[in-house]
Amino acid sequence: MAFMLWGFSAALAAPPKDSCVTCHLQLPGQYGQPAKLFPSDVHQQAGLTCADCHGGDPNDDSMNAMSPAKGFRGVPAKAQIPAFCGRCHSDPSYMRKFNPSLRTDQLSEYLTSVHGKRLKQGDTKVAVCVDCHSVHDIRSPSDTRAPVYPTHVADTCARCHADANYMKGYKIPTNQYALYKKSVHAAALAGGDISAPTCTTCHGNHGATPPGVNSVASVCGTCHVMNQQLFEKSPHGAAFAKMGLPGCVQCHSNHEIVKPEDSWVGTNPKAVCVTCHVKGDNGYKTAEAIAGGINKLKTTYQNADEVLNKAEQSGMEVSSARVELTSAHSDLIKARVVVHSFNATDVLKVTSQGVATSRKAQEEGIAALHERDYRRKGLAIALIAIVIAISGLYLKVRKMERS
Amino acid sequence: MRVEGNSGKPAVGGEEEKPDSGRRWVNIVLGTGIVATIASFVYPAIRYVIPPPVSESTNLSVVAARVGELKNNAAKVFKFGSEPAILIRSADGKYQAFTAVCTHLGCTVQYRSDLHEIWCPCHNGIYDLQGRNVSGPPPRPLAQYQVHIQGEDVVVVRNA
Amino acid sequence: MAGIKRRTLDWIDERLGGGGSIEEFLRHKKVPLHRHTIWYYFGGMALFLFIIQVLTGILLLMYYRPTASGAFESVQFIVTQVKFGWLIRSIHSWSANLMILIVFIHMFSVFFMKAYRKPRELTWVSGMVLFFIVLAFGFSGYLLPWNTLAFFATKVGTDMAGFVPFIGGWIKVFLRGGNEVTGATLTRFFGFHVAVLPGLATLLLALHLLLVQRLGMSVPPGVEKKIKEGQEPERTMPFFPNFLLRDIMGWYGALGALGALAAIFPWELGTKANPFGSAPAGIHPEWYFLFMFQTLKYLPSKVFFIDGELVGLMLFGLAGALWVLIPFLDYKAGFGRTTRFFTGLGIFVLGYIIVLSGLAIF
Repeated sequence: MAFMLWGFSAALAAPPKDSCVTCHLQLPGQYGQPAKLFPSDVHQQAGLTCADCHGGDPNDDSMNAMSPAKGFRGVPAKAQIPAFCGRCHSDPSYMRKFNPSLRTDQLSEYLTSVHGKRLKQGDTKVAVCVDCHSVHDIRSPSDTRAPVYPTHVADTCARCHADANYMKGYKIPTNQYALYKKSVHAAALAGGDISAPTCTTCHGNHGATPPGVNSVASVCGTCHVMNQQLFEKSPHGAAFAKMGLPGCVQCHSNHEIVKPEDSWVGTNPKAVCVTCHVKGDNGYKTAEAIAGGINKLKTTYQNADEVLNKAEQSGMEVSSARVELTSAHSDLIKARVVVHSFNATDVLKVTSQGVATSRKAQEEGIAALHERDYRRKGLAIALIAIVIAISGLYLKVRKMERS
Repeated sequence: MRVEGNSGKPAVGGEEEKPDSGRRWVNIVLGTGIVATIASFVYPAIRYVIPPPVSESTNLSVVAARVGELKNNAAKVFKFGSEPAILIRSADGKYQAFTAVCTHLGCTVQYRSDLHEIWCPCHNGIYDLQGRNVSGPPPRPLAQYQVHIQGEDVVVVRNA
Repeated sequence: MAGIKRRTLDWIDERLGGGGSIEEFLRHKKVPLHRHTIWYYFGGMALFLFIIQVLTGILLLMYYRPTASGAFESVQFIVTQVKFGWLIRSIHSWSANLMILIVFIHMFSVFFMKAYRKPRELTWVSGMVLFFIVLAFGFSGYLLPWNTLAFFATKVGTDMAGFVPFIGGWIKVFLRGGNEVTGATLTRFFGFHVAVLPGLATLLLALHLLLVQRLGMSVPPGVEKKIKEGQEPERTMPFFPNFLLRDIMGWYGALGALGALAAIFPWELGTKANPFGSAPAGIHPEWYFLFMFQTLKYLPSKVFFIDGELVGLMLFGLAGALWVLIPFLDYKAGFGRTTRFFTGLGIFVLGYIIVLSGLAIF
């Protein structure tokens, strides 16, 4: 009786027979790899087997398991891979069984992408599903080990796009990855902010295509809302569209987006404004006024900061003035955003508020320095009183001991 | 006779010849010194014990507004300790208060009366009226503070 | 004027039981005059600074809050909002350090003058207990502003307590009010600082001063010998008013120094302690603990099979115990026989403290 129970439970515990895995695990090199990798694959965890994708008969221990009669599909050719994956992934009724909220339009998006279009024309060098998602050890994009996890996306794209030899013959540059790595977005991503943009954020993932010249500002504007709205309403918005210039990219670049300097705005030789505007035109005057406003705020802010530093170094406590000064700093940041309206009046409205706050903080700092001087004067008076008292005592003692 | 413990003062000459006026002179100096020093100690002590205008430190609770100052579906950014905070009066008249420091990169958030949500203008982050980060880059919700009505004052309180 | 003084003293005297006890007490106390008289001022200076601490401490009590959420802000409030709060707070912090320095000088001058010899052994012992109480005042008070430096210095200091064999863990938990340094530690240290230690100090001070009054001022053995052999006349000065007036001159000087320090070098506020933050680089205790801190740095992490810290703790514990028992070890001094050994020992200890403190600073 015990034996029967033991045998029964043993039979229940054993996994269903899968001859694919049993044989291929014993094979060397590339024939054994898939079976070794598959336990970490998200498909395996969903209960799928080799046969669910490749066909064939997992109950058959002979080589017959891999015959077309048993439905065996074999290894798909590169050009067939999108359709191979799409057999399930574009079928909403099938995918619903596993994850109803997973999108099922990846294949149709892919066909609109540069990769998809070229693949159709016979170019097998382009990326297909397995180039980005890997194969047999496919992980969910939210798994930190996945090649398509946000912090890995750029490296995955760069495998081809940064390889000058591989990309020979295509008329696109191969320095985007190197440029992107210098950007603030790459730094933010490396610093743990996974909301920071990577290649797919602007280019799309399955429908990967560079954004058109007219739509760049909208792409940047998904996060930088204020900058985009101001820009579109500004004189530059319509003008750039007419000239076919890509909005934000014109001044900020597309891949090498670095922290902007205040010197970019204005009429100094390094400024971007003077690449188009010349002395005497309206743009030049506006640039001058805007740069003037921002510089004035910066100078007033720095002066206030210096005074507060001096007060702090002489031991005075000025934390509430420091808090005031941070709102002036916020005004500086705001002014840099309002630059994108290219309207001097609007910018100056913000900078003058910051200037007023900085002046107020500076006054508090000066008051602290006066308080310090008052204390030292008070100290001097007290010390004089003490000296008089000590002299009085000395004289008293001397007098007493003489008599 | 040596004298220890002071830095040496110039002697006032001539007491030996005129003992009486010398003695008076010494007593005057001594008396002045003692009175002056006591005054310079007592004066600060008395000013110290008189309570200052703001009677206690304001890092834990602050009067954010007066009752009736905020209309429904409106908000006010105010200073709480060393950081900005936001007091929101929602459309149904209830008060809520949160830190106004966005959890993404520290910008000061605003209330959007059209969305009935809290919005950060820097990178378009959005929080709902429970402070939960519901859209955009912010990784964490906004810390919430308690609001109490004390007479005419709307007081915002935070725990340690 | 003299008449009023006479009548007031008589009135008080009658109500203390009569017999002219006050005047008797005031007139009879004499201070010996010799080469080393200057060291007699340091005891009174320590007492004066203690009184300054009590007065400024009571004033600070009116605005200070002993909780993790309120302490730092309340000190900030005192130095920014309260009139002359900056003065009271800085004087309290500077005077604490000055008092510890004066107490060190008082202790070593008494040691080198061998004033601990019979019949003054208990004065020395009560003085040593007072010395440890003063160090405890310093350690507990240092945490109260609840800034980063204080928090981590307390963490390191109470960690050391944990190295005492057998009962170390219990001592650590008792001091901290828990396993870690938290707001509970702060409140507990506050209780020690304003209630327990002042109570103990008052009792011991009363004993110490009573003994000094009854036994009179000790004269160094060398001078005593010279007087006995007639090489030097026995000179004294009445305590009241001569010595006392000189005492008061010194006290005024100390007040001037404290005021100058408070106005020109105000005591820092620091940044509020964050229990979950990491310790800043170069954390170290206050200067009066530096020589022990530096010694521990030189000890290897294990001596045979014993922890280095435990070895250090035991060494200092032993040294402290021996130092307290000095009057009984150097009993020969009670017979007027000076042993060079003990003077040499004192010089070694003083030198050790100075050199190691110097090494810790530079």
